[in-house]
Amino acid sequence: MQPSSRHFPENARRALADDRLRAMLDKSASGFRLRRRMAADRLPEFEALRDRGRDIKDHTLAHLDLYLERFEAQVRAAGGTVHWCADAAGARDAILAICRAAGAKTVTKGKSMIAEEIAINDHLEAHGLVPVETDLGEYIVQLRKEPPSHIIAPAFHVSKEQVAESFRAAHTALDPARPLDEPSALLAEARAMLRRRFHEADVGITGANLLIAETGQTVIVTNEGNGDLTQTLPPVHIVLASIEKVVPTPEDAATVLRLLARSATGQEFSAYTTFSAGPRRAADPDGPRAFHVVLLDNGRSALMDTEFREVLRCIRCGACMNHCPVYGAVGGHAYGWVYPGPLGAVLDPALIGLAEAKHLPNASTFCGRCEEVCPMRIPLPAMMRHWRRREAEQGLQPAVTRRGLALWAWFARRPALYHAAARLAARLLRRLARRSGTLAMLPGAGGWTRHRDLPAPEGRTFRELWAERRTGDGP
Amino acid sequence: MSGSRERILGGLRRRLGQPGGDDARRDAVERRLADHPRNPVPARALVPEPERVALFVAMATEAAATVERLPDTAAVADAVADLLASRNLPAAVRTAPDPLLAAVPWHTRPALTVSRGPAGDDDPVSVTGAFAGIAETGTLMLVSGPEHPTTLNFLPDTHIVVLPRRRIVATYEDAWDLLRRRSDAGGSWIPRTVNLVTGPSRTGDIEQTIQLGAHGPRSLHILLVEDADTASAAG
Ligand code: SF4
Repeated sequence: MQPSSRHFPENARRALADDRLRAMLDKSASGFRLRRRMAADRLPEFEALRDRGRDIKDHTLAHLDLYLERFEAQVRAAGGTVHWCADAAGARDAILAICRAAGAKTVTKGKSMIAEEIAINDHLEAHGLVPVETDLGEYIVQLRKEPPSHIIAPAFHVSKEQVAESFRAAHTALDPARPLDEPSALLAEARAMLRRRFHEADVGITGANLLIAETGQTVIVTNEGNGDLTQTLPPVHIVLASIEKVVPTPEDAATVLRLLARSATGQEFSAYTTFSAGPRRAADPDGPRAFHVVLLDNGRSALMDTEFREVLRCIRCGACMNHCPVYGAVGGHAYGWVYPGPLGAVLDPALIGLAEAKHLPNASTFCGRCEEVCPMRIPLPAMMRHWRRREAEQGLQPAVTRRGLALWAWFARRPALYHAAARLAARLLRRLARRSGTLAMLPGAGGWTRHRDLPAPEGRTFRELWAERRTGDGP
Repeated sequence: MSGSRERILGGLRRRLGQPGGDDARRDAVERRLADHPRNPVPARALVPEPERVALFVAMATEAAATVERLPDTAAVADAVADLLASRNLPAAVRTAPDPLLAAVPWHTRPALTVSRGPAGDDDPVSVTGAFAGIAETGTLMLVSGPEHPTTLNFLPDTHIVVLPRRRIVATYEDAWDLLRRRSDAGGSWIPRTVNLVTGPSRTGDIEQTIQLGAHGPRSLHILLVEDADTASAAG
């Protein structure tokens, strides 16, 4: 996916003006939040499991090279192949090569954020293959030629009327007068259309929620069962996964899985959690005949010795975005790349560069809710601050911000002068505001006053008021 | 490709390696993999057998599966035929070649067509065994192999699962233990596919409203059999 994160301010403004979008975001996010709360409350061990989940991932990341080697050995022992890919281009090439060797025409796909990250659909199409998304939400956004707007609910932003429009436009062989008002009619139509595709496919590509070192298993979690048809019916199964997905054992996977569904959808457990290792065995009556794991780094290993290492604990549950006031107001597309919300504000600068994604760590109110709900206890707000610091160090902030901060720093290092200037400014602003106590306009503060009034200072500085209070003669 | 492998692993080693050598890291990994220790599990599943079975039934039902209790495997034929009739489904089932199901007296319901093997699109109903039932979330563990084609779990609209009561365990970890112990012939215990199935297929992708029957079965019916030959159900 081509990033457009540098346009976050314009994207956000456009989203804020879109009433239909905001209504959809509100409705969807509030349902997720409520269900997560209920699921977490129902499990007394939930907080302890979060600690353990964090510890499992920290242990695995500290030994990642060794666990990846074991994972690879186990995949090979089961008859599969691991393809190591340092970057997106490498992963695209590897997948195309497998598809070509299989003489593939149609490729079905389960939901995978890594697939978005490497933009595999465009690549396959450019080489004459037909990629078909099979997750209902992904299918809808594919028809709409949009990227997903949420990591677990790709069509988070789409209303059922819009789904109906897209289906009418795409499924032209069907009766144009058919009723499509009910979600059930939309689902039935998608199910029928995709059933054929599952059988036609020559290759099935799934993502992976987890990889297991001990067993060489790849794990997918779905509710629809689309991932299972994708990986069971075609002769070739490709798993597309990034390196930090590995955990040591099925026991460790169990702990992470107890957190995943509850944090994501508020379910006790998703309908389908599937562990796959290798191609079908000699005596198996069905299943793929070839099994490939495309293992992507794409900048992750470089985070290991940085203050961003902990973001690699992420299990992509989406809870941080469901609870984020900024995501809730502007939606996923405004972020301009694969991972939106607080996760994206931390991960996107690491993967596509701070110059492109510098707005994202700033798109935060620092309310801290993302960290409160993150099952892996990732300190997202602190990491956004790290990015802001780097932004300043690299001189990526606009010139006025830099000059303003430099001026402030000059004063701040000279306390007597600073207090004198603050006293003067407080009195001046008080005078300007007159009766109302607010300022509708102030040169240099247009960013604030464009949307709301600026409350004027009391007339005295905080230090003056504090000094009065300490001596007991204040109000 | 092997260049990338070395680049990735080498980069990780450089960043993670310890100055005094990696023996300690290696040992930690070997120990963890050999012992595969359990993490804390939810206390709600750690209850005596009758409550464990009740928990399984309650959680599976909450996940929109239906559960019917039967005295023995012989009762499966009637239960299946009656279910199809009550739901106006065609009297034909595709079954897994599971030894557990071999004991089902299908001939007592001659109107029912029974075939064996992997599922196709024209199989509206499948009947399979289950490797285990997991009480904590009402989850079935289904294991691929000659006696259990995976397509039976996903292609038919209605999936009927025969689960011997004695195969209901408390937690996911218990089910993995059962599976680890199965490596009889000395080969790997790891099958191509392990499906953990909790209720029928569903989607929330249209306005986050839950609808059943997305791509997999619209209906999951569990026949919980009191007295069955559990050895064969392990498949
Ligand atoms: S950062 Fe945490 S809350 Fe956000 S998607 Fe990842 S695991 Fe979930």
